[in-house]
Amino acid sequence: MSELKHIVIIGNGIAGVTAARNIRKLSDHKITLISSESEYFFSRTALMYVYMGHQKLEHLKPYEDFFWTKNRIDLLKKHVEKVDISTKNLLFSDGQTLHYDTLIFATGSRYRWHDAVPKDTLGVQGLYSLQDLEKLEEISPKIKKAVIVGGGLIGVELAEMLHSRDIEVTILVRESGFWGNVLPQEEAKLVTKHIESRGAKILLNSEIERVTTKVLDSKNLSPNPSAIKSIITKKGEILDCDFLGLTIGVEPQKDLAAAAGIETNRGILVNDCLETSVKDIFAIGDCSELRNPTKGRKATEPIWYTGKMMGETVAESICQKSKKYNPGIFFNSAKFFDLEYQTYGDIQPILAENESSFYWENSQEEKCLRINYCTQDEAVIGFNVFGIRFRQVVCQQWIAEKRTLSYVIEHLEEANFDPEFFKNCQSEIVAEYNFKFPEKTIKLKKNSGFWRTIFG
Amino acid sequence: MIKFSYSLIFIGFFCLFSILGIGEFKLTDGILKKNIYSENHYAVISKLPSVQKMIGQNYSSKISFISDLQSAVNQHNSVLKEQKQWDKVIWTDYTFGVTNGSFTAPNLLYILGFVGLFFIILGVFLIISQEKKSPTGIKNNDIFKKSISSRGILGIILGCFLIIFYIVLYWFPEYLVNWVALVNPISKLLSGNPASQWFLYGLLYTVAIIVMGIRFIIKYRHSKYQQFRTGSVIFFQTTFAFLLPEILMRLNLPYQDLKNIFPLDYTFFFDYKIQEKINSGTFGIFMLGWGIFLFLVGTPLMTYFYGKRWYCSWICGCGGLAETVGDSFRQLSDKSLKSWKIERYTIYGVLVFAGIMTVFTLYSFFTGQSYLLGIPSYEIQKWYGFFIGSIFAGVVGTGFYPLMGNRVWCRFGCPLAAYMGIFQRFKSKFRITVNGGQCISCGNCSTYCEMGIDVRAYAQRGQDVVRASCVGCGVCSAVCPRGVLNLETGSIIVDKF
Ligand SMILES: Cc1cc2nc3c(=O)[nH]c(=O)nc-3n(C[C@H](O)[C@H](O)[C@H](O)COP(=O)(O)OP(=O)(O)OC[C@H]3O[C@@H](n4cnc5c(N)ncnc54)[C@H](O)[C@@H]3O)c2cc1C
Ligand code: SF4
Repeated sequence: MSELKHIVIIGNGIAGVTAARNIRKLSDHKITLISSESEYFFSRTALMYVYMGHQKLEHLKPYEDFFWTKNRIDLLKKHVEKVDISTKNLLFSDGQTLHYDTLIFATGSRYRWHDAVPKDTLGVQGLYSLQDLEKLEEISPKIKKAVIVGGGLIGVELAEMLHSRDIEVTILVRESGFWGNVLPQEEAKLVTKHIESRGAKILLNSEIERVTTKVLDSKNLSPNPSAIKSIITKKGEILDCDFLGLTIGVEPQKDLAAAAGIETNRGILVNDCLETSVKDIFAIGDCSELRNPTKGRKATEPIWYTGKMMGETVAESICQKSKKYNPGIFFNSAKFFDLEYQTYGDIQPILAENESSFYWENSQEEKCLRINYCTQDEAVIGFNVFGIRFRQVVCQQWIAEKRTLSYVIEHLEEANFDPEFFKNCQSEIVAEYNFKFPEKTIKLKKNSGFWRTIFG
Repeated sequence: MIKFSYSLIFIGFFCLFSILGIGEFKLTDGILKKNIYSENHYAVISKLPSVQKMIGQNYSSKISFISDLQSAVNQHNSVLKEQKQWDKVIWTDYTFGVTNGSFTAPNLLYILGFVGLFFIILGVFLIISQEKKSPTGIKNNDIFKKSISSRGILGIILGCFLIIFYIVLYWFPEYLVNWVALVNPISKLLSGNPASQWFLYGLLYTVAIIVMGIRFIIKYRHSKYQQFRTGSVIFFQTTFAFLLPEILMRLNLPYQDLKNIFPLDYTFFFDYKIQEKINSGTFGIFMLGWGIFLFLVGTPLMTYFYGKRWYCSWICGCGGLAETVGDSFRQLSDKSLKSWKIERYTIYGVLVFAGIMTVFTLYSFFTGQSYLLGIPSYEIQKWYGFFIGSIFAGVVGTGFYPLMGNRVWCRFGCPLAAYMGIFQRFKSKFRITVNGGQCISCGNCSTYCEMGIDVRAYAQRGQDVVRASCVGCGVCSAVCPRGVLNLETGSIIVDKF
């Protein structure tokens, strides 16, 4: 093996940790993992469960504390102030420095502030870090009415969190349907209905115009004693609130890299091998921006799975030979209150020209399935599924093999990942297909899940 | 409403506990004769002057009755012990039988008992009906904020209470005769015999599983798997574990829970148990054969096809109590690697202990010799019964629910679970499959695993979970917010990519 290097990773999120773990698997390099947020890696995606009392903070640690020493990964809870790329040194906020041979930026992102809101208004915040959660926990007892701007995944999580404390929640959504920049109309509608059935209000086609604040009495020693009072939408509606949640998206934490002279755009720009404009410096996860994303993928994808895959790739790039990042067919999943969602492949909110869509919904049971396919050869290109669990591997394989819609519908059983004894919707879906395409009637292939369970 | 329901439950328990202080005790010669089944002992005890003095006397205090009775016998014994006349010492404890026989229950006892049980059950159902109004879905809000379910002060109090209850039940049952009297009519109705403390326990156990099982079914009304298996557990507890053995007794057949499998049923091969079955004819022989078949063939086969869950979370009584009454404590199991190590030592230790004990037992049964390698079989049985049967399975197994989770016995002690676990680990179609790379490492699956399996450690690697201890409760799959986990027994549908 080549000589041992000191690999320093800024950021102990999923991207940084995956890189560290995989570098250790592949090599004996010295590894230092830095974060100013927490000593140990925790799962950011589960912050809501701590707030709602499903778990304690300690449950969010995916690895026991001994894991890091056992795998010789040095942890450092410090804030990096500056990166000096000429001397390959990091400067910490406590004045100390650290030399690296290879540097990985895995600095993640932060929530975006809303321009219409004065900075540092009390009772206004997003949800990204541990510190955000602490802040939220602190003011929660005082919140009666909350407004959340932005209908996305973190927005709905925040809504569910506040709702669990009997706080009245209203979500402002700019589009005409929930998460309308990602979900096609039917799904957006289903989600909207579900969220409202759980007790949160949703205002569609609404944006913040401005906010009003109130000055807290002088006893409050905070240097900025103005707190949120109400928001006024572009349509002129006034919503009183004592909390405003900002969930209008996240932005990559690129400042540190930019200041060091590394090329950045929205995020830290990286090539196909995840290397930045400077040799021996890489960027992965939320903070990175791909110069040439592969087909069907975006240049920035602030999601867990992407950070994980990038971490795996960068480890190989560093320890073996340069490896191209190839995330394969897109997948993602989420939960809106009690409604589960999975997506595979490429589903845009509005159909592209050469695409068609098959959609089935059982609105009573809050289940739906969308399969988009090429109009010409019927090859499937993407799945959206709500209320049913699908097998990732099967869906991805179908897309990769360009299976036709009729083939997929016929074999849906293979994709089903619902627990045993759950109601099987395949016959309903087949009926919908036959109704839509009476000329190419297909029949159910497999026997039902119950018998499969018994004689599996 | 919720407060009202809790007050009802509280009043209910208050009524039940107040029962323990009412009723009178009066000893007669007939009672002595009936309950001291050794004629020699009866002859000795009934002649003791202090026992003579007790006869005919009305006691309103249970404590003084029991202490008079015990000190009479103890005095007698201590004289004999001093003279080293060991064979004459009365080792058998007749306190429960005599106290129970001497007890007369006033009507107030039945009224209070009925009202108490009614209030508790009503309270629980009011809470359940309240829960039913909330939308379907996972209901874990505030679990780690409530004292009772997060090892807080209430949890510790409940744990202590349960531990004390088990200690009294096993070693001082005479203090529970009021409750035994309460369920006496039911016992008479079912088996024709008067109730014992075991009947009381069995009845409470069954009612608890039914009531809390209904709660569980409603809590998981969005999951057919959870509903079916809980329905199954309730069914097997009420019929096979509770009613059927009573009916067998009524028919003068040996008392046997036909779904209780050796070595969980550790007395199965005890000589008096075997004798009893052989003596009661065809059906007895069938029971013996059935038990052996279940152990040697049925269990491995079912575990091969479905995993040990077929028993642990669908049929077993210990599992049944854990899944229903213990559901609120599942998150308290320890997930660390260290506890997994300890678990493997203890559970296989118990299996080995059970195996050794049974070898001794069968050796004695077939050869008629009570000693093997100079150790008396019956002594080993006694130790096993005391340490494993009573302390581990009972006091620790259930008393520790609010402290160490609801499957302490199943995880660290049950020899049947250990036996099935070997098949599940090495030869079974059952596993928890992981859906590609969908895991977000949130930890819900691990947190809510009652067996302390760190499910997330597998899920985040995309590796199927094949673990000896998994009882297949399916809760990891239910709580996973990304639909990552599934219990499967079929052939592997798609190879990993
Ligand atoms: C509430 C919430 C829910 C989410 N749910 C999902 C979900 O369900 N599915 C999904 O796919 N994605 C989800 N995401 C997104 C997902 O969590 C992120 O994509 C992922 O965590 C990004 O990982 P990362 O390693 O790139 O960065 P991060 O996890 O952000 O880690 C970066 C770390 O670097 C530290 N850092 C930054 N700069 C410095 C510095 N100068 N010095 C020292 N330390 C520094 C930060 O403090 C941070 O700890 C969710 C995000 C949030 C906030
Ligand atoms: S509950 Fe699901 S997403 Fe969360 S850690 Fe477990 S498998 Fe992963």
